[in-house]
Amino acid sequence: MSAEAEAAGSGFNIHPMDQFVVKPLFGHGDILWYTPTNVTLWMGITVLAIIALLVLGTRGRAVVPSRSQSIAESIYVFVHKMLEDIAGKEGLKYFPYIFTLFIFILVANILGLIPGAFTTTSHIAVTAVMAMAVFTTVTLIGFYKNGIGFLGLFWISSAPLVLRPILALIEIISYFVRPVSHSIRLAGNMMAGHAVIKVFAGFAGALGVFSVFPIVAIMAVYGLEMLVVCIQAYVFAILTCVYLNDALHPGGH
Amino acid sequence: MAVEGDLVQMGALIGAGLACTGMGGAAVGVGHVVGNYLSGALRNPAAAAGQTATMFIGIAFAEALGIFSFLVALLLMYAQ
Repeated sequence: MSAEAEAAGSGFNIHPMDQFVVKPLFGHGDILWYTPTNVTLWMGITVLAIIALLVLGTRGRAVVPSRSQSIAESIYVFVHKMLEDIAGKEGLKYFPYIFTLFIFILVANILGLIPGAFTTTSHIAVTAVMAMAVFTTVTLIGFYKNGIGFLGLFWISSAPLVLRPILALIEIISYFVRPVSHSIRLAGNMMAGHAVIKVFAGFAGALGVFSVFPIVAIMAVYGLEMLVVCIQAYVFAILTCVYLNDALHPGGH
Repeated sequence: MAVEGDLVQMGALIGAGLACTGMGGAAVGVGHVVGNYLSGALRNPAAAAGQTATMFIGIAFAEALGIFSFLVALLLMYAQ
């Protein structure tokens, strides 16, 4: 608060990270595990938006779909095809999980672009839970489907024998880095993009008449962000498919 | 003590700035992936559609390392 007052005095007021602060919805008390915060609010809005799109959108079951039904169906078919292309027919059993991840991240990201909204996926705590869930699920599926043969993922039989222990070490490290990169990629992209918009907004406040330049820049960055939020949801889902494929067919690469 | 704290702060901020040079590496990597995809796709447009997913996976892996450097910068600035 003191830093804010100080910067306001100097007329140059940029706090790009303030938008990511988790605040309680009511009052200013401590945040405990049951406290409703702005994260809770926007996650709830995300879930309601998804339900509205999927349930209300497809309620008509029209042969010639309406706009919302068409969106819901396109997303469904898109994820279905992506999963089938990457993980094969056996992967389709896990379609609900991948679809849930994809649409939650997509809608949370898009809602986060509304000015004044809170981007839940910009918090590593949120994305790390999803990435750890994917990591645990995929590892359990791998051991359940292949037994001890799942370890063949780390022992690359097509490589020369001398190299295999070194490759196994590298593969094991890269396997355990997966949840880290998986979660930080999404959170980092969201955080960085929104911070950039906020920095330009700060310039717009400080430049007076010339603020038209930062405003044009904000529009350009906003367009780029629209692309990035969709690509990041896609990347999260597609990497989950790739990991799932590794678990289902460990010798397949 | 105050001087020492300022020195630590200065070192952390310089380090955060240096960490951001890692993003340049990620930019080179992403550009390399997309450029090679495009040159391949223009040679054989029929095969291009099937490889879009692979391109995005490649971009994601290259970009993750740039995001790591961003994370290091954030940690240096805020996690003191």
